[in-house]
Amino acid sequence: MIKVIKSGFYSTIQDEGRLGYRNTGVPLCGAMDKSSYHMSNHLLGNSIDDATLEITMLGPELLFDVDTFIVIAGADISPVLNDMPIVNNRIIAVNKGDTLKFRNLKSGFRAYLAVKGGFKTETKLGSRSSYQTITNQNVIAKGDELLIEEYKEHATEPSYSKLKTLDFKSKVLEVYEGPEFQFLSELQREQLFSEDFIIGQLYSRMAYQVKPLIKNDLPSILTGPVLPGTVQLTSSGQLIILMRDCQTTGGYPRVLQLSENAINLLSQKKERDSVRFQLIHY
Amino acid sequence: MKYQLKYRRFGPHSILIEWPSIIDRNVLNDVLNYKNSIIDLYIKEKVEIINTYNSILVDYDNTIDKINDEIFKLKQIYSSLNSEDKQQKTLWEIPTCYDDEFGIDLEDISIAKKMSKSEIIELHSNTIYDVYFIGFLPGFLYLGGLDERLYFNRKSIPNLNVKRGSVAIGGQQTGIYPQNSPGGWHILGNSPVNFFNSEDPKPCFVKAGDMIKFVPISKHDYMDILKLSRENLYQPKSTLVYD
Repeated sequence: MIKVIKSGFYSTIQDEGRLGYRNTGVPLCGAMDKSSYHMSNHLLGNSIDDATLEITMLGPELLFDVDTFIVIAGADISPVLNDMPIVNNRIIAVNKGDTLKFRNLKSGFRAYLAVKGGFKTETKLGSRSSYQTITNQNVIAKGDELLIEEYKEHATEPSYSKLKTLDFKSKVLEVYEGPEFQFLSELQREQLFSEDFIIGQLYSRMAYQVKPLIKNDLPSILTGPVLPGTVQLTSSGQLIILMRDCQTTGGYPRVLQLSENAINLLSQKKERDSVRFQLIHY
Repeated sequence: MKYQLKYRRFGPHSILIEWPSIIDRNVLNDVLNYKNSIIDLYIKEKVEIINTYNSILVDYDNTIDKINDEIFKLKQIYSSLNSEDKQQKTLWEIPTCYDDEFGIDLEDISIAKKMSKSEIIELHSNTIYDVYFIGFLPGFLYLGGLDERLYFNRKSIPNLNVKRGSVAIGGQQTGIYPQNSPGGWHILGNSPVNFFNSEDPKPCFVKAGDMIKFVPISKHDYMDILKLSRENLYQPKSTLVYD
């Protein structure tokens, strides 16, 4: 078990996501930056879809009451184990009674804490991913206890050399044409692909809104399916980039669709960071 | 009847199939007929198939390698569909209390529409609504069939907390809020039925294609059903119909 001593800003249990329930309006959920999430599990020799703790911006303080092994991947939030700095993307042995803390955010926005065997918190509809109204445990809070298993030994060292990590500094988001892209004017297309867009105050696991506005007179569409990574354009010209907790359907024109890597990269961005859309083809 | 469908790629791992952009029960029947056949096609694979009013999204587990082959496969199924098949549908009776305590916007609608509250309730509860799909929130039904006389614009300022179970009208739609949430629709009443239960492997008892009817109940009955419902012990009355 891991005991939450301090909650930090916003940490939730996330895994691959809740597949197969969108016909009942259930969002996919799952780790925002799948590439860092997969990396943390891969390095530990876990199943690729084991549950991790997704830590946002300010880390929690966690007390381990069993021996285990951990890997932290994604954002660098200066992790320290018993006040000794540790590094991301390395297997770290943790002993019963050890305390994991985080200091300042150095790069990225979301870190993934994987424990050997994965977090064993509640499973709802085939997934441990937190989502209000579906899971009982949502954002972790002081005093929470997160179930993990004990491991005294770790079998093999993974090959670190094969790993490809995201360049969190890149601001290029690869996008495909969305279903309503065809209705955009030449001017709108030019604006979409020539300007930098800045992440505004509204950004969460559900969606990121970016500025500036795009002059728009496209009407709403009949409510249709949307996906994580769908870029909607509202009638007021607001671009809304849907993320992993997004609703399953929407009525705004779907002008662009982010690649998987672009969703991962955007997940590592925060307010005032800038991004640029780059059109790619299938 | 067969429609001219549009097939397009939507992101690296999905195909979007679109019907003409209308809300229509013939389109709904065609969408669901096709959807069921696609589900059968991919029964052994990790493919999720989602429908809305006039679309089907086929979402694959991995990046689609040969998009033209996949679309060809899908088109073949469509052309071999027997659209004459009657579909078996479930009609659910949804008990709803239209008392003033719950129907907090009945008064406003009544004044604006120059109709009595009981006329509004009668129009609303005498209709059989089609469930087109479930989206927006877990367990939120997109219903078609609202009587034109009840079309009513959304509120200019949304309520920050619409109570779970609220039965409401927004524009040309009516619906039930499955949980407390912000919302801009006008509220007519409240249903004690639980539309989403994450403990159940079938978390929503209603599915696209089903039909529902609101049945007015007293406050007393409301409280009785609510008690059962909160324990997940209440199942609304249902009948099978062939459509």
